[in-house]
This record gives sequence, C-alpha cells and structure tokens, in this order.
Amino acid sequence: MEFQFFLEVLVGGLLAGVMYSLVALGFVLIYKASGVFNFAQGALVLFAALTFVGFQNMGLPFWAALIITLGVMVLMGIGIEKIVLRRLVNQPPISLFMATIGLSFFIEGLAQMVWGTEVHGLELGITDEPFEVGGVFISSFDLFAAGISGTLVAVLALFFQKTKLGRALRAVADDHQAALSVGIPLQHIWAIVWAVAGFVALVAGLLWGSRLGVQFALTLVVLKALPVLILGGFTSVPGAIVGGLIVGAGEKLAEVYLGPYLSGGIENWFAYVLALVFLMVRPEGLFGERHIERV
Amino acid sequence: MIYRESGQFKTSYQNDSVIFPIKQDRMFIFALLALAALVVPMFASEYMLSGILIPFLVLSLAALGLNILTGYAGLLSLGSAAFMAVGAFATYNFLVRVPGMPLLLALVLGGLCAAAVGILFGLPSLRIKGFYLAAATLAAQFFVEWVLTKFSWFTNHSASGVISSPPLEVFGIALDTPVSKYLFTLAVVVVLALAAKNLVRSSTGRAWMAVRDMDVAAEVIGIPILKTKLLAFAISSFYFGIAGALYAFILLGTVDAQAFDLHRSFQILFMIIIGGVGSILGSFLGAAFIVLLPIVLNLLGQLLHGIVSTQFLSNLEMMIFGGLIIFFLIVEPLGLAKMWQITKEKLRLWPFPH
Amino acid sequence: MNPNRKIGDVILKAENISMSFGGVKALTNISLEVREHEVLSIIGPNGAGKSSMLNVINGVYHPQEGKVTYKGRTRDKMEPHLAAKQGIARTFQNIALFKGMSVLDNIMTGRNLKMHTNFLQQAWYWGRTQREEIKNRKVVEEIIDFLEIQHVRKTPVGRLPYGLQKRVELGRALAAEPTLLLLDEPMAGMNVEEKQDMCRFILDVNDEFGTTIVLIEHDMGVVMDISDRVVVLDYGKKIGDGIPEEVRQNPAVIAAYLGTSH
Repeated sequence: MEFQFFLEVLVGGLLAGVMYSLVALGFVLIYKASGVFNFAQGALVLFAALTFVGFQNMGLPFWAALIITLGVMVLMGIGIEKIVLRRLVNQPPISLFMATIGLSFFIEGLAQMVWGTEVHGLELGITDEPFEVGGVFISSFDLFAAGISGTLVAVLALFFQKTKLGRALRAVADDHQAALSVGIPLQHIWAIVWAVAGFVALVAGLLWGSRLGVQFALTLVVLKALPVLILGGFTSVPGAIVGGLIVGAGEKLAEVYLGPYLSGGIENWFAYVLALVFLMVRPEGLFGERHIERV
Repeated sequence: MIYRESGQFKTSYQNDSVIFPIKQDRMFIFALLALAALVVPMFASEYMLSGILIPFLVLSLAALGLNILTGYAGLLSLGSAAFMAVGAFATYNFLVRVPGMPLLLALVLGGLCAAAVGILFGLPSLRIKGFYLAAATLAAQFFVEWVLTKFSWFTNHSASGVISSPPLEVFGIALDTPVSKYLFTLAVVVVLALAAKNLVRSSTGRAWMAVRDMDVAAEVIGIPILKTKLLAFAISSFYFGIAGALYAFILLGTVDAQAFDLHRSFQILFMIIIGGVGSILGSFLGAAFIVLLPIVLNLLGQLLHGIVSTQFLSNLEMMIFGGLIIFFLIVEPLGLAKMWQITKEKLRLWPFPH
Repeated sequence: MNPNRKIGDVILKAENISMSFGGVKALTNISLEVREHEVLSIIGPNGAGKSSMLNVINGVYHPQEGKVTYKGRTRDKMEPHLAAKQGIARTFQNIALFKGMSVLDNIMTGRNLKMHTNFLQQAWYWGRTQREEIKNRKVVEEIIDFLEIQHVRKTPVGRLPYGLQKRVELGRALAAEPTLLLLDEPMAGMNVEEKQDMCRFILDVNDEFGTTIVLIEHDMGVVMDISDRVVVLDYGKKIGDGIPEEVRQNPAVIAAYLGTSH
C-alpha cells in the first residue's frame, strides 16, 4: 500500500514534469538558435491561452479558434523578432534577457487589455477520470497532456536532427557569423524559431489553461520551467525532458514526504534548491555543453 | 555659458579625485540637499511627503543596492526583494524582542542579517554565471518568502503574518509625522549614497567593475574573484535590508512578506535599467521615474474619467513599463543617467557648437 | 651597461608540461627556463601552443602533467591570483581590458594588490583611503607618462584605437610592478611605427626596472632584435631553444617556421 502510494505520487509527478518540459522546450528553442534567454515565454503562454479562449467565446468552433490563434502566435513571434530582438543583436546576453522581461510585461498587459482579466475555463473535451493500472491511480487528463507534450518534444527533436532547416538552426546556434558566411539567412531563421516558440506556447497554454483555468497565474509556469532549464542545460532538448521529469517527480515527492515536516507550501522553491545543489556539482547542467574558456 | 569648467584647474590629484570635479556640479548638489532638507519640509504637503518623496527615497536605496550588484559587479539578481524582506523582518525582531533597542542599531543589524543571507545566496556565483545565476537568485526570492510566511516566529507569532511598526524614535525624537519620517529617510539615504559613491571610486569598486568586464583578466591581476563577488552580494544586500526596513516601517507601517514579492524585485530591476546601470545617479533617476509614472498615469485616468477603466490603466501601465524597458535597452542602454551626462556635455560647449 | 641587465639565475622553470583540450594535444612534454632579467621570446606557427604555455605559467590553464617552479617553489599547477601576488603580470593576445572603465581606472586596477584599505575605510574615504588613492595615482601617472598616453587618461578604453589599447594593457601589467612580465603578441596588428614604440617600451622596462620578460611574437625581425633567448614551439613540441643566432641556424626551426615566408 505504501509502495503503491509512492508510485502514484511518482507517476503524477512525472506526468506533471512532462508539462514543465513543454514550457522549458520553448526556452531551449530560442536559446539554441539565438542565444536569447526568453523570459517572455510565460507571457506568450498566457497570451495564447487567452486568445484561444477569447475566440471560442466569440462562438468560433474549436478548430477555427485553434488555427486563428496559431496564426496570431506565429505573427507575434515574428513581430517580436523584427521589432525588438533584431535591434538588440550586438548587445550582451544579459541585456537581451532584460529586454525579454520588459517584453513579458508588455505582452501580459496587452493580453489582459484585449481579453480582460477574468478567469476563463478551457475545455479540451477530455474527461479527467482517474483509471487504475496495477493498483495505481492515474489521471487520464495528465496522461493525455503528457502524451501531447511528449509527441511535440519528439517531433521537435526530430526536426532539429533530421531536416535541412533543423541543421541550419543548429549551425546558427553554433556560430552566427559562420552560419551567415555559408549562406544561411540568419534573420529568416530567427523569425521561424520565434514562430515555432509561439506554437509551443500555444500548446502549453491550452494544456496548462485547461488544468489551471486561463488566468494571469499561467505566466508563472515560466518560473517552473527555470529550474528545469538549470538542470537540463539551456541548449539541450533531451535536457529539457529529463529536467522536467526530475523536477516534476522531485517536487511531488518532496511535497508529500517532506512537506508535512516543513508545514507545506514548499513547491515554490523546492525545484530551485534542487537545481542549485545540482549546479554546484555540475555547472553546465545534465546535457549542456562544457565550455572551455580560452584566453 | 553658466555651466563651464574653464578656469577650474586641478593642481593636485586630490583635487582631481573629488566626487564632483566640476564646481557647478558641487554647487548644484549642495543646493539640492539644502532644498531637500530645509525647504521641502516647510512646504511639502503630507501627500507629497508620504506619497512621493519617501517612496522615492526608499526605492532609490534599493536601486542603489541592485546597482552595486548588477551595475558595478555585473551580477544579475532577480531576488532583490527577498533581501529587503530579510532586512525588514530582522529589524522588526530586533526592535520588538530586544528591550530598549535603538532604531538606528536595529536598522544596521537588520541590514547585516540581509547581508549574511546575501552572502549565502551569493555562494553559487563561484561556479555559475549569467542566466544561471539570475535563476539562482530566484531561489532566494521564493525561499525567503516561504520562510517568512510559514514560520510565525519571524512575525512574532502574529496571526495574519503581518508585522506592524512599533513606535519609532531616533535620539529621543519620535518619528510620528510625515516630516520627521521624511527627514530621517533622507538622512539615511544621503549617508548610504555617499558611501556607495566612495566605494565605487576606490579599489573595491574597481575590483567589482574588473570582475564584471572580464573576470579572467581580473583574476590574473590578483583580484580574488569569489571574495569580490561575495562582497558585492553582502554590501548590496545590506542596502536592500535597510531599504526593506524603511519600506516596511517608515513608508507602510504595516507589512507582510507578500510586499516583497517577485514583482517588487522586477520593479527595482526596472529602476536601474531605466535610470542607468552602473551609475549612482541613475539609481535615483530610475526610482523617481518609477514612482512618478503611475502617478502621472493616474492623473491622466482622472482626466479621462469614465472613458477608461482603472483596469485599463493598470494594464496600460504594465505595457508602458515593458515598452520603456525595451526602448531604453535599444536606444540608450545606460539609461537616463547617460542622457543626463550627454546633456551636460552639450551644455559645457553651449553656445559654441565645437 | 645597466647592472640590472646582468642576466641572473633561473627564476622560472617549467618541467615536462603536457596539456590537452578534450583529446587535442596542445602541449607535449615541454620544458623551459626563464632567467632573471632576460628577454625570452617564444615563437612558433599558429596553434603551436605558445599562448597555452603562457597560460600554464601564470595558472590560467592547468596542465595534466608537469610542474612549474617559480621563485624556488615547485607546484603541479599555478593559480592566477598566486602568480599575481608573486609578481607575475601579463597581457593577452586578444586585448583583455576592462571595457567599461577609463584608461586611468584600468591601470589603477593593476595596483589593487598594492592597496590595503578595507571596504569600510573606503566607504568613509577621507583619510587613509584618500591618501592611498593619491599615492597610487602618482605611480599610475608615471606609467601613463612613460607610455605616452596622457591625452586619453580619462577616455573609456573601449573607444581607443587598437594600438593604444595594447599600450594601456601593458600599463595595467606594469602597474603591478612585476618581476616577471608575460606579453602575448604585444605587437600584433600594429604598423611599423607602433611596433617601434612598443619595442622601445619593452626594452625600457627591461632595462630600467630589470623586469624579466617572456613574450610571444610573430615578427621575426623584432624577435631577433630584442630577445636574449628564443624558444621555438611547433605543434605543441619544443623544437628549438637558444640565443637568436643559434635558433636562426637550427635546421628543425628553419624547416618548421623560418622556411615559410613570414
């Protein structure tokens, strides 16, 4: 019984972890291709979910709302690249990071100005009935969400590894100048990456939105994704997955087994402390590249 | 023609290393201080003092702290408010638990507690840099908030997690009017701003900037990297701590841990980006901007009463802040302080174009 | 001749240094000696391991094998701040100045080890700190005069042309009053006139203060002119070591290096 309970907590944590991975993936995509740590990813998730719900409330059917929202997110991604980041190309990475903090404030303000601040429900048409596997209860919604996230992660990993565009992206990530010199259209690539990040934000927004309700708190998922990134390394797609699983499982287990001794509420910081301890041992993360500093 | 340094020859290195090398600047600062200390208390309304000037001074102090850490030592922090909270709650406990504790001593001790916590969370900077470090400071933000909310010892077992300022007095003078609170804050801020300016123009400040600009070269000329970084964490957290205590007891009077949330940390970061990263003056300009913008927007809202909702205004405020951050990073990464400096350069030559 | 210029005992000895970066051998079993007051040049084609050797000497890189003896103490690996404390200063191949600071502040930073007030005294400033600042400022101003960069002393270094930046970096190294000065391509990318200036500065430092100098340089004319001894590296191995005349005649060196058009 004890062990079954442990398994239940573990599985629940792992499934939640996949959803962390999904948000982390949006970061990794942009970091890999342009070296920007995009703090606004959380704001994009909020914006996507609000937009989708907004169109649905106007009476549009599910698929129509989805397609229009996707269009909006892609345009937004391209717009961010053209209006903001392109003008900051030669700034130090920390400035770019701070710009994305500004960006997240802007998008959050914009999202609420356009769609209002009420909490909306989001129904994806998936029933959330727990079912039993060998005495362990699993939430069917969690499983569905994990399935979607897992598929998306796998597709993107394949895209990076196997397609011509993926190769170009990796080349850009390695060295902007060199990529330019072999004829890879840099800004074109960046626009595509931002569009894809917008798409990932949409998927994350739908899944998280239907779990938490579509509301401002959605932007906080970015804070959940950060420890995942620290663990997995900022440049690694597999790192985002494994990091997400570790954070998801660790957090749930800690909440259940440590929480009572610490009077609860530890899920806000536990992942960070976990990631920090890990960093002290291995500063480049699980899958990050070890960087040799040359002088 | 008035702002001219011709005829002011520096005949010794001492003369060349005073804080404000140009005579007009010195006079301007003295005049400003005299105005702030003598004239303002006589004429300013209560709203002016409690609604604008005290918030401005307290937030300037926090911005100074972050500028030391981020602007001078190059260590980005997203957890400034956590150290403010430590300072506020520590000062509170010293005041209510130690009978006869003088306010100034409690402030300094509160600042030292914040500094100790700052050093603790600065330790990872030995191994990690940049974004990773910024993410690590978020650990401080969430952890401190949690500790102060969950353990009622820190709030002296107050049921709601709220701490209220005990009666405050300095050297027998009660701080119970807006004017006395304002003057006290002003004095603290002026002393600490002067200390910050002195630090950044001596070898400690040069070591910070060296580590910021190129840590390998700094190490090669014998600057101890970890010690330099930890000192930056300690001193900036000390400033945060004092700012937090002033924020809690002088400005608000009653406060809980949520007053020092992530939003506050971002607010302070925005102040130094808009005001000027790596500039003492910039900390003040940024704080002034951040304090004044919502007030101006509110006035605008009153003018447009009925046309726009407060909801609209608060969203607009977020968009304006976000937009401004981006604007400054693109157009003038060194902020208002740099714009001010450019204006002065022009003024030095005016009316002769070359 | 200046009595300081008399070449003395071995001040630094590197023995059997081997180092690799993730499988790529940068240095293979290299030994070399540096004698007090001499000017030693390290030459070799690109990628020969010259910079890596300097980095090993002052502890920026840690070799997998070998040891370094400096001023009588033998270590498996040097640490940069220890090296600095014991009088090793250096410049870098790609200028490593503090870009956000003025020329004056950059050179003042070079004197940080000579300054002993603590941060509380500095926060107060008046008194000890001010006296210390002024005392050190005088030394720095002498260096500024010596390097002929008075006109730019308050300019942020990022705005200076390349040649001047190289000078400022030399100034920062000199500010530490080093006994051993490591210069990584101090004349790279300079025109003839700038090179002549830099040669003059290097020789003056060596001559007046008796500073021992190890430099990496590609310009053979310069190397043969100013060096007391020359060490030649190729593919991470040492292939020559001796006075310029010997090295010039060493067949292995000619084959590897001088034979190509430089």
